[in-house]
Amino acid sequence: MSLGEARQRHGRSPWNSVRLRGVALQVLLLAVIAALFYALALNTYANMASRHIVSGFGFLWRKSGFEVSFSLIPYTAEDNYVRALMVGFLNTLLVSALGIWLATALGLAIGLMRLSRNWLASRLAAGYIEAVRNVPLLLQLFIWYRLVLTPLPQASSAIILGPAALSNKGLTLPAPQFGPGVWTAWLGLGCALLLTVALSFWGQRRRERTGVKPPVVLLSLLAIIAVPVLFLAAAGWPVTFDYPVRGNFGFSGGMTLVPEFIALLLALSIYTAGFIAEAVRAGIGAVARGQGEAALALGLKPGLAMRLVVLPQALRVIIPPLTSQYLNLTKNSSLAVAIGYPDLVSTGGTILGQTGQAIEVVAIWMVVYLTLSLLTSAFMNWFNARHRLVGR
Amino acid sequence: MPDTAVRFIGVNKWFGQFHVLRDINLDVMQGERIVICGPSGSGKSTLIRCINRLEQHQEGRIIVDGLEIDDDVKAIEDVRRDVGMVFQHFNLFPHLTVLENCTLAPIWVRKLPKREADALAMKFLERVRIPEQATKYPGQLSGGQQQRVAIARALCMMPKIMLFDEPTSALDPEMVKEVLDTMVGLAGEGMTMLVVTHEMGFARQVADRVIFMDQGQIIEMNAPEEFFGNPRNERTRLFLSQILR
Repeated sequence: MSLGEARQRHGRSPWNSVRLRGVALQVLLLAVIAALFYALALNTYANMASRHIVSGFGFLWRKSGFEVSFSLIPYTAEDNYVRALMVGFLNTLLVSALGIWLATALGLAIGLMRLSRNWLASRLAAGYIEAVRNVPLLLQLFIWYRLVLTPLPQASSAIILGPAALSNKGLTLPAPQFGPGVWTAWLGLGCALLLTVALSFWGQRRRERTGVKPPVVLLSLLAIIAVPVLFLAAAGWPVTFDYPVRGNFGFSGGMTLVPEFIALLLALSIYTAGFIAEAVRAGIGAVARGQGEAALALGLKPGLAMRLVVLPQALRVIIPPLTSQYLNLTKNSSLAVAIGYPDLVSTGGTILGQTGQAIEVVAIWMVVYLTLSLLTSAFMNWFNARHRLVGR
Repeated sequence: MPDTAVRFIGVNKWFGQFHVLRDINLDVMQGERIVICGPSGSGKSTLIRCINRLEQHQEGRIIVDGLEIDDDVKAIEDVRRDVGMVFQHFNLFPHLTVLENCTLAPIWVRKLPKREADALAMKFLERVRIPEQATKYPGQLSGGQQQRVAIARALCMMPKIMLFDEPTSALDPEMVKEVLDTMVGLAGEGMTMLVVTHEMGFARQVADRVIFMDQGQIIEMNAPEEFFGNPRNERTRLFLSQILR
């Protein structure tokens, strides 16, 4: 019996159509998801009705009534919830941005050390990576918090370093108070940044023409510090400093870098650096050996061969996991709540406790973290596209 | 100015337990063209890779252009600047254009101004007859074109000695000739060359001496007429009968 005859005997079923099966499966999946969401909405609505909770974002304009230990913008308990959330958001942004920067620098260094032919350096880096990757981040956060706090004295016997004071309440510094002419400083900073761009172009041109690179970085740093100061001086120095004053329970006035911030920053960057180091190692391992050899054979020193030939190619492999690590670090910064650093989750949590507006607060959290993550991904994808290799 | 470009004195090298180079003694004169052949694993590539310290020898001395190669970093840098190398798999930098491949070392090592480096690179790209590809990336070129760029890239450093490590082995047959022609041209200009290859036609045409290596040893070394016409060693005869059919 031929295959055709056998098929005919069993007949044709519409269920054997690949297209039909595909469509049916998708319809089914959609129905399940819709049913889930419907049940969720119904349940939420019933619960809110029974507890007499009014939904909506109107509560955000009510007075917050709570203080925070660390803020980048002026804030008191008299301000509203929007302001409190803003404080938390900026604190999250600050610790994430600095953490990403630190973790990248440290991760690159550890990754290169791991690949070093120096036995001790390589083993040390391996030990670091294993230790950091295999201990829960929350635990590391507690350890760092202890390590930062323990050696610091009580506020009453703070270490005085000129105008600054160091105690277990943090590093207290004089806070600059700006008078009406302060816009000159910002103008100065703007000019200095423009000058930096001009300097880097000039440095590039000069190197191309003469082969010698002028000290552009040093000159730029000098400009960024000197130009705003000169502008301020020209405007009659409209800056005064608010010096911290010691009271019974620590310092009042000035500005304070709290130990929670330092502990969180250390924990996040040291933890993430371990993962970044492995990404760097994988990326460099993926570049063909011959690339480094060709660079060396041309007379490039090993450091230059790495920087000009191997790393640019390794970036293609490094960037996707690096993006994940940046996103992880940003989201992990929400562990701040465990040691009382007032980040978005911490301030939001307080607001949730006070108002009971769970859905609204959770929605704000989700929107903020999602936006941050999507922006980071978008930037990294753009960066990645710039390093794509041109082929045929 | 010494007459010897490269001198091996009693050189031995091991990869772990494996004895890759056994008691190598070799003097290469300035302007001399040496072709090295032998079965795979015989140590030919390792031999020339020791000259620019891509491999380290463990015993004996290697002196390149009057400078001994030991663990002195500066000596190695000086030697690498004056010794060009062409690899079997081209090893062009895929993230840089053809022109940038050629100007990288002149700019960063010789500290040439960009304009001079560009002019130099174009001169050598014309010499290997592909100036029109200067703005393309290596991935957009054929194998033969890539290998000619690799030769131009090495020449941009104005080397005194050129090493070729099986430069045509990874090429399609119709591209072998364009690369060999470039190498013949280079030989005609008096460049000191050490070439690992199985292109026996090239060896007959260009080589001053042909070396046969087996199991890490130099088995036979002679002028090409003698080497091909009257091989003395049994193993050389066997090898030649296998590749010259």
